[in-house]
Amino acid sequence: MSLVLHQFRYDQKAFWRNPASVFFTVMFPVILLLIFATVFGDQTVDVRGGIETTAYYVPAIITLSVISATMQSLAMSLVIAREDGRLKRGRGTPMPPWVFIAGRIGNSIVVTLIMLALLAAIGRLFYGVPIPWERLPAIVATLVVGAAAFCCLGIALTAAIPSQDAAAPIVNALLLPLYFLSGVFIPDDQLPSGVVQFADAFPIRHFFEAVFDVYVSAGDGAGLQWDNLAIVAIWGVAGLLLAVRFFRWAPRSG
Amino acid sequence: MPDPVISIRGLRKSYGALDAVRGIDLDVQPGEVFALLGPNGAGKTTTVEILEGYRKRSGGEVSVLGEDPQHAGREWRERIGIVLQSCRLDPYLTVRESLGLFAGYYSSPRPIDEVIALVGLEGKAEARASELSGGQQRRLDVGMALIGDPELLFLDEPTTGFDPSARRQAWETIAGLRDLGVTVVLTTHYMDEAQRLADRVAILSRGEVVASGAPEGLGDRDSLPTTISYRLGGEEVCVETSNPVAAIHELTGRALEQGLELEGLEVKRPNLEDVYLSLTEQA
Repeated sequence: MSLVLHQFRYDQKAFWRNPASVFFTVMFPVILLLIFATVFGDQTVDVRGGIETTAYYVPAIITLSVISATMQSLAMSLVIAREDGRLKRGRGTPMPPWVFIAGRIGNSIVVTLIMLALLAAIGRLFYGVPIPWERLPAIVATLVVGAAAFCCLGIALTAAIPSQDAAAPIVNALLLPLYFLSGVFIPDDQLPSGVVQFADAFPIRHFFEAVFDVYVSAGDGAGLQWDNLAIVAIWGVAGLLLAVRFFRWAPRSG
Repeated sequence: MPDPVISIRGLRKSYGALDAVRGIDLDVQPGEVFALLGPNGAGKTTTVEILEGYRKRSGGEVSVLGEDPQHAGREWRERIGIVLQSCRLDPYLTVRESLGLFAGYYSSPRPIDEVIALVGLEGKAEARASELSGGQQRRLDVGMALIGDPELLFLDEPTTGFDPSARRQAWETIAGLRDLGVTVVLTTHYMDEAQRLADRVAILSRGEVVASGAPEGLGDRDSLPTTISYRLGGEEVCVETSNPVAAIHELTGRALEQGLELEGLEVKRPNLEDVYLSLTEQA
Protein backbone atom coordinates (compact mmCIF):
# COMPACT_ATOMS: atom_id res chain seq x y z
CA MET A 1 0.00 0.00 0.00
CA SER A 2 2.82 2.42 0.80
CA LEU A 3 4.23 1.52 -2.60
CA VAL A 4 0.95 2.64 -4.20
CA LEU A 5 1.17 5.95 -2.31
CA HIS A 6 4.77 6.33 -3.45
CA GLN A 7 3.77 5.75 -7.09
CA PHE A 8 0.74 8.03 -6.71
CA ARG A 9 2.87 10.94 -5.43
CA TYR A 10 5.05 10.86 -8.54
CA ASP A 11 2.05 10.39 -10.83
CA GLN A 12 0.51 13.52 -9.32
CA LYS A 13 3.70 15.51 -10.00
CA ALA A 14 3.87 14.34 -13.60
CA PHE A 15 0.13 14.97 -14.11
CA TRP A 16 0.12 18.59 -12.94
CA ARG A 17 3.30 19.40 -14.88
CA ASN A 18 1.91 18.03 -18.15
CA PRO A 19 0.18 20.90 -19.98
CA ALA A 20 -1.90 18.53 -22.12
CA SER A 21 -3.33 16.62 -19.16
CA VAL A 22 -4.04 19.82 -17.20
CA PHE A 23 -5.74 21.44 -20.17
CA PHE A 24 -7.92 18.57 -21.29
CA THR A 25 -8.77 17.24 -17.85
CA VAL A 26 -9.04 20.43 -15.80
CA MET A 27 -9.35 23.51 -18.02
CA PHE A 28 -11.48 22.06 -20.79
CA PRO A 29 -14.48 21.09 -18.59
CA VAL A 30 -14.31 24.49 -16.88
CA ILE A 31 -14.34 26.27 -20.22
CA LEU A 32 -17.24 24.12 -21.44
CA LEU A 33 -19.28 24.92 -18.34
CA LEU A 34 -18.61 28.64 -18.70
CA ILE A 35 -19.58 28.60 -22.38
CA PHE A 36 -22.75 26.52 -22.01
CA ALA A 37 -23.91 28.36 -18.91
CA THR A 38 -23.25 31.76 -20.45
CA VAL A 39 -24.78 31.06 -23.85
CA PHE A 40 -27.88 29.20 -22.64
CA GLY A 41 -28.00 30.69 -19.14
CA ASP A 42 -31.39 32.39 -19.32
CA GLN A 43 -33.25 29.39 -20.72
CA THR A 44 -34.90 26.53 -18.97
CA VAL A 45 -34.71 22.83 -19.68
CA ASP A 46 -37.87 20.77 -19.75
CA VAL A 47 -36.55 18.09 -17.42
CA ARG A 48 -38.04 17.20 -14.06
CA GLY A 49 -40.79 19.79 -14.49
CA GLY A 50 -38.46 22.47 -15.83
CA ILE A 51 -35.12 23.56 -14.40
CA GLU A 52 -32.66 26.29 -15.28
CA THR A 53 -30.10 25.47 -17.95
CA THR A 54 -27.25 26.28 -15.60
CA ALA A 55 -28.54 23.75 -13.09
CA TYR A 56 -28.59 21.21 -15.91
CA TYR A 57 -25.07 21.88 -17.11
CA VAL A 58 -23.30 21.69 -13.74
CA PRO A 59 -23.95 17.92 -13.30
CA ALA A 60 -23.57 17.42 -17.06
CA ILE A 61 -20.06 18.86 -17.08
CA ILE A 62 -19.22 17.08 -13.81
CA THR A 63 -20.11 13.85 -15.67
CA LEU A 64 -17.84 14.82 -18.54
CA SER A 65 -14.98 15.76 -16.24
CA VAL A 66 -15.14 12.43 -14.41
CA ILE A 67 -14.94 10.50 -17.68
CA SER A 68 -12.19 12.77 -18.90
CA ALA A 69 -10.12 12.39 -15.71
CA THR A 70 -10.52 8.61 -15.79
CA MET A 71 -11.18 6.88 -19.10
CA GLN A 72 -9.70 9.53 -21.38
CA SER A 73 -6.71 10.48 -19.25
CA LEU A 74 -5.82 6.87 -18.36
CA ALA A 75 -6.16 5.53 -21.89
CA MET A 76 -3.91 8.29 -23.21
CA SER A 77 -1.29 8.25 -20.46
CA LEU A 78 -1.02 4.45 -20.32
CA VAL A 79 -0.61 4.16 -24.09
CA ILE A 80 2.10 6.84 -23.98
CA ALA A 81 3.89 5.11 -21.10
CA ARG A 82 3.55 1.73 -22.84
CA GLU A 83 4.90 2.90 -26.19
CA ASP A 84 7.71 4.85 -24.47
CA GLY A 85 8.76 1.55 -22.90
CA ARG A 86 8.12 2.78 -19.36
CA LEU A 87 5.60 0.05 -18.51
CA LYS A 88 8.04 -2.59 -19.66
CA ARG A 89 10.86 -0.93 -17.74
CA GLY A 90 8.77 -0.82 -14.57
CA ARG A 91 8.12 -4.54 -14.92
CA GLY A 92 11.86 -5.13 -14.75
CA THR A 93 11.93 -3.81 -11.17
CA PRO A 94 10.71 -5.50 -7.98
CA MET A 95 7.58 -3.32 -8.03
CA PRO A 96 4.47 -5.47 -8.60
CA PRO A 97 3.03 -4.31 -11.95
CA TRP A 98 -0.43 -3.59 -10.55
CA VAL A 99 1.07 -0.83 -8.37
CA PHE A 100 1.71 1.22 -11.47
CA ILE A 101 -1.93 0.92 -12.52
CA ALA A 102 -3.16 1.55 -8.97
CA GLY A 103 -1.14 4.76 -8.78
CA ARG A 104 -2.76 6.02 -11.98
CA ILE A 105 -6.25 5.08 -10.77
CA GLY A 106 -5.59 6.93 -7.52
CA ASN A 107 -4.50 9.92 -9.54
CA SER A 108 -7.71 9.77 -11.60
CA ILE A 109 -9.95 9.56 -8.56
CA VAL A 110 -8.24 12.48 -6.82
CA VAL A 111 -8.53 14.62 -9.95
CA THR A 112 -12.21 13.58 -10.22
CA LEU A 113 -12.93 14.86 -6.72
CA ILE A 114 -10.99 18.09 -7.36
CA MET A 115 -13.09 18.64 -10.48
CA LEU A 116 -16.31 18.04 -8.54
CA ALA A 117 -15.31 20.75 -6.05
CA LEU A 118 -14.19 23.14 -8.78
CA LEU A 119 -17.26 22.77 -11.01
CA ALA A 120 -19.69 22.84 -8.09
CA ALA A 121 -18.04 26.02 -6.80
CA ILE A 122 -18.18 27.70 -10.23
CA GLY A 123 -21.85 26.72 -10.56
CA ARG A 124 -22.64 28.15 -7.14
CA LEU A 125 -20.60 31.36 -7.38
CA PHE A 126 -21.27 32.37 -10.98
CA TYR A 127 -24.70 30.92 -11.69
CA GLY A 128 -26.32 30.41 -8.30
CA VAL A 129 -26.67 26.65 -8.74
CA PRO A 130 -27.03 25.36 -5.17
CA ILE A 131 -24.56 22.77 -3.93
CA PRO A 132 -26.58 19.89 -2.45
CA TRP A 133 -24.46 19.55 0.71
CA GLU A 134 -26.92 17.17 2.34
CA ARG A 135 -26.38 14.65 -0.46
CA LEU A 136 -22.60 15.04 -0.58
CA PRO A 137 -21.88 11.43 0.54
CA ALA A 138 -24.22 10.13 -2.16
CA ILE A 139 -22.59 12.39 -4.75
CA VAL A 140 -19.09 11.26 -3.81
CA ALA A 141 -20.21 7.62 -3.82
CA THR A 142 -21.74 8.05 -7.28
CA LEU A 143 -18.59 9.67 -8.63
CA VAL A 144 -16.30 7.03 -7.12
CA VAL A 145 -18.34 4.18 -8.65
CA GLY A 146 -18.29 6.00 -12.00
CA ALA A 147 -14.62 6.85 -11.74
CA ALA A 148 -13.71 3.23 -10.98
CA ALA A 149 -15.84 1.92 -13.86
CA PHE A 150 -14.49 4.41 -16.40
CA CYS A 151 -10.93 3.75 -15.21
CA CYS A 152 -11.44 0.07 -16.05
CA LEU A 153 -12.90 0.96 -19.44
CA GLY A 154 -9.95 3.26 -20.13
CA ILE A 155 -7.41 0.58 -19.23
CA ALA A 156 -9.27 -1.92 -21.43
CA LEU A 157 -9.36 0.57 -24.28
CA THR A 158 -5.53 0.81 -24.37
CA ALA A 159 -5.46 -2.68 -25.88
CA ALA A 160 -7.29 -1.31 -28.94
CA ILE A 161 -4.93 1.67 -29.35
CA PRO A 162 -1.85 0.72 -31.39
CA SER A 163 0.27 3.85 -31.02
CA GLN A 164 0.63 7.17 -29.22
CA ASP A 165 -0.62 9.04 -32.26
CA ALA A 166 -3.78 6.95 -32.41
CA ALA A 167 -4.69 7.52 -28.75
CA ALA A 168 -6.40 10.93 -28.98
CA PRO A 169 -8.40 10.21 -32.17
CA ILE A 170 -9.67 6.86 -30.93
CA VAL A 171 -10.64 8.15 -27.48
CA ASN A 172 -12.36 11.24 -28.86
CA ALA A 173 -14.14 9.35 -31.62
CA LEU A 174 -15.70 7.18 -28.93
CA LEU A 175 -16.49 9.81 -26.33
CA LEU A 176 -17.50 12.98 -28.19
CA PRO A 177 -20.50 11.52 -30.06
CA LEU A 178 -21.69 9.82 -26.89
CA TYR A 179 -21.50 13.09 -24.94
CA PHE A 180 -23.83 14.66 -27.51
CA LEU A 181 -26.18 11.69 -27.72
CA SER A 182 -26.32 11.23 -23.95
CA GLY A 183 -27.49 14.76 -23.26
CA VAL A 184 -24.22 16.01 -21.79
CA PHE A 185 -23.81 18.79 -24.35
CA ILE A 186 -27.40 19.15 -25.55
CA PRO A 187 -30.18 19.02 -22.94
CA ASP A 188 -32.07 15.79 -23.39
CA ASP A 189 -35.46 17.47 -23.79
CA GLN A 190 -34.19 18.53 -27.20
CA LEU A 191 -32.98 15.08 -28.22
CA PRO A 192 -35.26 12.71 -30.17
CA SER A 193 -36.28 9.78 -28.03
CA GLY A 194 -34.61 7.36 -30.45
CA VAL A 195 -31.28 9.04 -29.78
CA VAL A 196 -31.69 8.74 -26.04
CA GLN A 197 -32.64 5.08 -26.43
CA PHE A 198 -29.51 4.52 -28.48
CA ALA A 199 -27.39 6.30 -25.86
CA ASP A 200 -28.96 4.09 -23.19
CA ALA A 201 -26.99 1.20 -24.62
CA PHE A 202 -23.77 2.87 -23.40
CA PRO A 203 -22.52 3.70 -19.91
CA ILE A 204 -22.17 7.48 -20.33
CA ARG A 205 -25.91 8.06 -20.43
CA HIS A 206 -26.48 5.98 -17.30
CA PHE A 207 -23.69 7.65 -15.43
CA PHE A 208 -25.01 11.07 -16.41
CA GLU A 209 -28.48 10.18 -15.16
CA ALA A 210 -27.04 8.97 -11.86
CA VAL A 211 -25.00 12.16 -11.41
CA PHE A 212 -27.90 14.37 -12.49
CA ASP A 213 -30.39 12.79 -10.11
CA VAL A 214 -28.11 12.88 -7.13
CA TYR A 215 -27.05 16.47 -7.83
CA VAL A 216 -30.30 18.10 -8.91
CA SER A 217 -33.39 16.37 -7.61
CA ALA A 218 -33.47 14.53 -4.35
CA GLY A 219 -36.45 12.35 -5.20
CA ASP A 220 -36.27 9.53 -2.69
CA GLY A 221 -34.01 10.57 0.18
CA ALA A 222 -30.36 9.88 -0.59
CA GLY A 223 -30.81 10.41 -4.29
CA LEU A 224 -28.60 7.43 -5.17
CA GLN A 225 -29.62 5.93 -8.51
CA TRP A 226 -28.97 2.26 -7.90
CA ASP A 227 -30.25 1.03 -11.25
CA ASN A 228 -28.16 3.45 -13.30
CA LEU A 229 -25.12 2.98 -11.05
CA ALA A 230 -25.47 -0.80 -11.33
CA ILE A 231 -25.35 -0.56 -15.14
CA VAL A 232 -22.26 1.65 -14.91
CA ALA A 233 -20.66 -0.84 -12.53
CA ILE A 234 -21.41 -3.75 -14.88
CA TRP A 235 -19.68 -1.86 -17.70
CA GLY A 236 -16.76 -1.32 -15.35
CA VAL A 237 -16.50 -5.03 -14.54
CA ALA A 238 -16.65 -5.87 -18.24
CA GLY A 239 -13.85 -3.37 -18.81
CA LEU A 240 -11.84 -4.91 -16.00
CA LEU A 241 -12.18 -8.41 -17.49
CA LEU A 242 -11.15 -7.16 -20.93
CA ALA A 243 -8.23 -5.27 -19.38
CA VAL A 244 -6.99 -8.33 -17.50
CA ARG A 245 -7.23 -10.38 -20.68
CA PHE A 246 -5.84 -7.96 -23.28
CA PHE A 247 -3.71 -5.33 -21.53
CA ARG A 248 -0.18 -5.10 -22.99
CA TRP A 249 2.89 -3.91 -21.08
CA ALA A 250 5.39 -3.90 -23.91
CA PRO A 251 5.47 -1.41 -26.76
CA ARG A 252 4.42 -2.58 -30.20
CA SER A 253 8.05 -2.80 -31.35
CA GLY A 254 9.20 -5.28 -28.74
CA MET B 1 36.30 -20.74 -9.89
CA PRO B 2 33.13 -19.28 -8.32
CA ASP B 3 29.71 -20.15 -9.73
CA PRO B 4 28.91 -18.22 -12.89
CA VAL B 5 26.40 -15.37 -12.54
CA ILE B 6 24.78 -16.44 -15.78
CA SER B 7 24.84 -19.90 -17.27
CA ILE B 8 23.21 -20.69 -20.61
CA ARG B 9 23.06 -24.14 -22.19
CA GLY B 10 21.49 -24.88 -25.57
CA LEU B 11 19.27 -21.79 -25.49
CA ARG B 12 16.75 -21.67 -28.31
CA LYS B 13 14.00 -19.23 -29.16
CA SER B 14 11.70 -19.30 -32.17
CA TYR B 15 8.97 -16.92 -33.23
CA GLY B 16 6.73 -19.07 -35.39
CA ALA B 17 8.90 -20.37 -38.21
CA LEU B 18 11.73 -17.95 -37.42
CA ASP B 19 14.56 -19.28 -35.26
CA ALA B 20 15.90 -16.16 -33.55
CA VAL B 21 18.26 -18.01 -31.20
CA ARG B 22 19.61 -21.39 -32.28
CA GLY B 23 21.43 -23.12 -29.46
CA ILE B 24 23.61 -20.78 -27.43
CA ASP B 25 26.01 -21.83 -24.65
CA LEU B 26 27.52 -19.09 -22.49
CA ASP B 27 28.80 -18.45 -18.99
CA VAL B 28 29.26 -15.04 -17.40
CA GLN B 29 31.55 -14.86 -14.36
CA PRO B 30 31.03 -12.59 -11.33
CA GLY B 31 32.44 -9.09 -11.74
CA GLU B 32 33.17 -9.31 -15.44
CA VAL B 33 31.90 -7.09 -18.22
CA PHE B 34 30.54 -9.37 -20.90
CA ALA B 35 29.55 -8.16 -24.36
CA LEU B 36 27.20 -9.80 -26.84
CA LEU B 37 28.37 -8.43 -30.15
CA GLY B 38 26.56 -8.85 -33.41
CA PRO B 39 24.70 -7.14 -36.23
CA ASN B 40 21.01 -6.24 -36.01
CA GLY B 41 18.83 -9.32 -36.03
CA ALA B 42 21.55 -11.59 -34.67
CA GLY B 43 19.46 -12.45 -31.60
CA LYS B 44 21.20 -10.22 -29.03
CA THR B 45 18.09 -8.53 -27.65
CA THR B 46 16.11 -11.77 -27.70
CA THR B 47 18.85 -13.47 -25.68
CA VAL B 48 19.16 -10.62 -23.19
CA GLU B 49 15.39 -10.34 -22.74
CA ILE B 50 15.23 -14.06 -21.98
CA LEU B 51 17.90 -13.50 -19.31
CA GLU B 52 15.92 -10.54 -17.95
CA GLY B 53 12.74 -12.62 -17.68
CA TYR B 54 10.80 -10.67 -20.32
CA ARG B 55 10.62 -13.52 -22.81
CA LYS B 56 10.05 -17.24 -22.54
CA ARG B 57 12.60 -19.50 -24.18
CA SER B 58 11.67 -22.26 -26.59
CA GLY B 59 14.35 -24.63 -25.32
CA GLY B 60 17.55 -25.04 -23.32
CA GLU B 61 18.59 -24.22 -19.77
CA VAL B 62 19.12 -20.74 -18.35
CA SER B 63 20.26 -19.76 -14.88
CA VAL B 64 20.68 -16.14 -13.81
CA LEU B 65 21.87 -15.51 -10.24
CA GLY B 66 20.99 -19.11 -9.53
CA GLU B 67 17.40 -18.84 -10.71
CA ASP B 68 15.41 -19.48 -13.84
CA PRO B 69 14.42 -15.96 -14.98
CA GLN B 70 11.15 -17.30 -16.34
CA HIS B 71 9.98 -18.10 -12.81
CA ALA B 72 11.99 -15.62 -10.75
CA GLY B 73 10.19 -13.25 -8.43
CA ARG B 74 10.59 -9.99 -6.57
CA GLU B 75 13.69 -10.94 -4.61
CA TRP B 76 15.50 -11.86 -7.80
CA ARG B 77 14.49 -8.54 -9.37
CA GLU B 78 16.02 -6.75 -6.35
CA ARG B 79 19.40 -8.10 -7.50
CA ILE B 80 19.33 -7.10 -11.16
CA GLY B 81 19.24 -3.80 -13.04
CA ILE B 82 17.93 -3.39 -16.57
CA VAL B 83 18.49 -0.77 -19.25
CA LEU B 84 16.24 -1.49 -22.22
CA GLN B 85 17.27 -0.88 -25.79
CA SER B 86 14.79 1.95 -26.14
CA CYS B 87 12.91 3.56 -23.31
CA ARG B 88 11.82 7.17 -22.98
CA LEU B 89 11.79 8.42 -19.43
CA ASP B 90 8.98 10.44 -17.91
CA PRO B 91 9.63 13.89 -19.41
CA TYR B 92 7.98 15.71 -16.50
CA LEU B 93 10.10 14.28 -13.69
CA THR B 94 13.54 15.63 -12.79
CA VAL B 95 16.66 13.48 -12.61
CA ARG B 96 16.38 13.37 -8.83
CA GLU B 97 12.66 12.52 -8.97
CA SER B 98 13.07 9.77 -11.55
CA LEU B 99 15.73 8.19 -9.35
CA GLY B 100 13.56 8.74 -6.26
CA LEU B 101 10.62 7.01 -7.94
CA PHE B 102 12.70 3.96 -8.77
CA ALA B 103 14.46 3.98 -5.38
CA GLY B 104 11.04 3.41 -3.82
CA TYR B 105 10.70 0.12 -5.70
CA TYR B 106 13.72 -1.45 -3.94
CA SER B 107 14.14 -2.52 -0.34
CA SER B 108 17.66 -1.13 0.08
CA PRO B 109 18.38 1.41 -2.62
CA ARG B 110 21.68 3.15 -3.16
CA PRO B 111 21.66 6.83 -2.06
CA ILE B 112 20.31 9.04 -4.84
CA ASP B 113 23.18 11.54 -4.77
CA GLU B 114 25.67 8.72 -5.06
CA VAL B 115 23.94 7.43 -8.20
CA ILE B 116 23.75 10.93 -9.68
CA ALA B 117 27.53 11.18 -9.24
CA LEU B 118 28.06 7.66 -10.63
CA VAL B 119 26.38 8.56 -13.92
CA GLY B 120 27.91 12.05 -14.03
CA LEU B 121 24.70 14.09 -13.84
CA GLU B 122 25.65 16.26 -10.83
CA GLY B 123 24.87 19.50 -12.64
CA LYS B 124 21.52 18.18 -13.90
CA ALA B 125 19.92 16.79 -10.76
CA GLU B 126 17.03 19.25 -10.85
CA ALA B 127 16.57 19.19 -14.64
CA ARG B 128 13.56 17.42 -16.08
CA ALA B 129 14.22 14.44 -18.35
CA SER B 130 12.85 16.45 -21.28
CA GLU B 131 15.67 18.98 -20.82
CA LEU B 132 18.44 16.37 -21.05
CA SER B 133 20.36 15.44 -24.18
CA GLY B 134 20.03 11.92 -25.57
CA GLY B 135 23.29 10.88 -23.92
CA GLN B 136 22.28 12.35 -20.57
CA GLN B 137 18.90 10.60 -20.72
CA ARG B 138 20.69 7.34 -21.35
CA ARG B 139 22.93 7.93 -18.35
CA LEU B 140 19.87 8.68 -16.22
CA ASP B 141 18.42 5.42 -17.54
CA VAL B 142 21.59 3.64 -16.36
CA GLY B 143 21.25 5.42 -13.01
CA MET B 144 17.69 4.13 -12.64
CA ALA B 145 19.00 0.62 -13.27
CA LEU B 146 21.72 1.11 -10.62
CA ILE B 147 19.51 2.63 -7.92
CA GLY B 148 18.57 -0.77 -6.49
CA ASP B 149 22.28 -1.59 -6.00
CA PRO B 150 22.16 -4.60 -8.35
CA GLU B 151 24.71 -7.41 -8.57
CA LEU B 152 24.00 -7.81 -12.26
CA LEU B 153 23.31 -5.11 -14.80
CA PHE B 154 21.94 -5.56 -18.33
CA LEU B 155 22.64 -2.85 -20.91
CA ASP B 156 20.97 -3.37 -24.28
CA GLU B 157 22.78 -1.28 -26.89
CA PRO B 158 23.72 1.48 -24.46
CA THR B 159 25.22 3.87 -27.03
CA THR B 160 23.34 3.22 -30.28
CA GLY B 161 22.63 6.49 -32.05
CA PHE B 162 25.06 8.55 -29.94
CA ASP B 163 27.51 11.12 -31.22
CA PRO B 164 31.18 10.36 -30.45
CA SER B 165 31.42 12.54 -27.33
CA ALA B 166 28.22 11.16 -25.80
CA ARG B 167 29.52 7.67 -26.53
CA ARG B 168 32.79 8.37 -24.79
CA GLN B 169 30.96 9.66 -21.71
CA ALA B 170 28.69 6.62 -21.65
CA TRP B 171 31.78 4.40 -21.92
CA GLU B 172 33.36 6.13 -18.93
CA THR B 173 30.20 5.55 -16.90
CA ILE B 174 30.09 1.87 -17.86
CA ALA B 175 33.82 1.38 -17.28
CA GLY B 176 33.31 2.90 -13.81
CA LEU B 177 30.82 0.15 -12.93
CA ARG B 178 33.66 -2.34 -12.87
CA ASP B 179 34.92 -0.68 -9.68
CA LEU B 180 31.54 -1.30 -8.02
CA GLY B 181 31.93 -5.01 -8.60
CA VAL B 182 28.76 -5.16 -10.68
CA THR B 183 28.61 -7.90 -13.30
CA VAL B 184 27.63 -6.27 -16.60
CA VAL B 185 26.10 -7.88 -19.67
CA LEU B 186 25.90 -5.50 -22.60
CA THR B 187 24.86 -5.89 -26.20
CA THR B 188 26.32 -3.83 -28.99
CA HIS B 189 26.88 -3.85 -32.70
CA TYR B 190 30.02 -1.76 -32.39
CA MET B 191 33.28 -3.72 -32.40
CA ASP B 192 35.18 -0.85 -30.77
CA GLU B 193 32.64 -0.63 -27.96
CA ALA B 194 33.03 -4.31 -27.12
CA GLN B 195 36.81 -4.02 -27.36
CA ARG B 196 36.91 -0.97 -25.14
CA LEU B 197 34.52 -2.14 -22.41
CA ALA B 198 34.35 -5.90 -22.25
CA ASP B 199 36.52 -8.49 -20.54
CA ARG B 200 34.99 -11.11 -22.76
CA VAL B 201 32.98 -10.97 -25.95
CA ALA B 202 30.69 -13.42 -27.68
CA ILE B 203 29.98 -12.69 -31.32
CA LEU B 204 26.44 -13.59 -32.31
CA SER B 205 25.32 -14.14 -35.83
CA ARG B 206 21.92 -15.44 -36.89
CA GLY B 207 21.18 -16.80 -33.48
CA GLU B 208 24.47 -18.60 -32.93
CA VAL B 209 27.72 -17.82 -31.14
CA VAL B 210 30.34 -17.77 -33.88
CA ALA B 211 33.27 -16.75 -31.68
CA SER B 212 33.91 -15.93 -28.04
CA GLY B 213 36.75 -14.94 -25.79
CA ALA B 214 38.80 -11.93 -24.78
CA PRO B 215 38.43 -9.19 -27.39
CA GLU B 216 42.11 -9.19 -28.40
CA GLY B 217 42.14 -12.95 -29.09
CA LEU B 218 38.84 -13.04 -30.91
CA GLY B 219 38.47 -15.19 -33.96
CA ASP B 220 41.42 -16.64 -35.81
CA ARG B 221 43.01 -13.62 -37.38
CA ASP B 222 45.81 -15.69 -38.93
CA SER B 223 43.42 -17.78 -40.96
CA LEU B 224 41.94 -14.75 -42.72
CA PRO B 225 43.49 -13.78 -46.05
CA THR B 226 45.94 -10.90 -46.38
CA THR B 227 45.07 -8.34 -49.02
CA ILE B 228 47.67 -7.09 -51.52
CA SER B 229 46.61 -4.12 -53.61
CA TYR B 230 48.33 -1.96 -56.25
CA ARG B 231 47.64 -0.05 -59.44
CA LEU B 232 48.92 -1.29 -62.77
CA GLY B 233 48.47 0.84 -65.86
CA GLY B 234 45.85 2.93 -64.06
CA GLU B 235 43.85 -0.13 -63.05
CA GLU B 236 43.19 -1.12 -59.45
CA VAL B 237 44.29 -4.68 -58.64
CA CYS B 238 43.41 -6.48 -55.44
CA VAL B 239 44.69 -9.94 -54.49
CA GLU B 240 43.70 -11.95 -51.44
CA THR B 241 46.13 -14.56 -50.30
CA SER B 242 46.73 -16.81 -47.35
CA ASN B 243 50.41 -16.95 -48.22
CA PRO B 244 51.46 -13.30 -48.47
CA VAL B 245 55.23 -13.81 -48.41
CA ALA B 246 55.30 -16.05 -51.48
CA ALA B 247 52.71 -13.94 -53.26
CA ILE B 248 54.67 -10.71 -52.78
CA HIS B 249 57.89 -12.39 -53.79
CA GLU B 250 56.32 -13.60 -57.02
CA LEU B 251 54.57 -10.31 -57.73
CA THR B 252 57.56 -8.03 -57.17
CA GLY B 253 59.85 -10.51 -58.98
CA ARG B 254 57.64 -10.36 -62.04
CA ALA B 255 57.38 -6.58 -61.84
CA LEU B 256 61.16 -6.22 -61.70
CA GLU B 257 61.65 -8.65 -64.57
CA GLN B 258 59.25 -6.80 -66.83
CA GLY B 259 60.23 -3.33 -65.57
CA LEU B 260 56.73 -2.53 -64.32
CA GLU B 261 55.92 0.00 -61.60
CA LEU B 262 53.38 -1.19 -58.99
CA GLU B 263 51.83 2.08 -57.87
CA GLY B 264 50.40 2.33 -54.36
CA LEU B 265 51.50 -1.17 -53.40
CA GLU B 266 49.93 -2.10 -50.08
CA VAL B 267 49.83 -5.23 -47.94
CA LYS B 268 46.98 -5.33 -45.40
CA ARG B 269 46.56 -7.79 -42.56
CA PRO B 270 42.98 -8.24 -41.30
CA ASN B 271 42.07 -6.10 -38.26
CA LEU B 272 39.46 -6.95 -35.64
CA GLU B 273 36.73 -5.21 -37.59
CA ASP B 274 37.49 -7.56 -40.52
CA VAL B 275 37.41 -10.55 -38.20
CA TYR B 276 34.02 -9.46 -36.92
CA LEU B 277 32.67 -8.82 -40.41
CA SER B 278 33.92 -12.10 -41.80
CA LEU B 279 32.49 -14.02 -38.85
CA THR B 280 29.08 -12.41 -39.03
CA GLU B 281 28.84 -12.59 -42.81
CA GLN B 282 29.82 -16.18 -43.48
CA ALA B 283 27.65 -17.67 -40.74
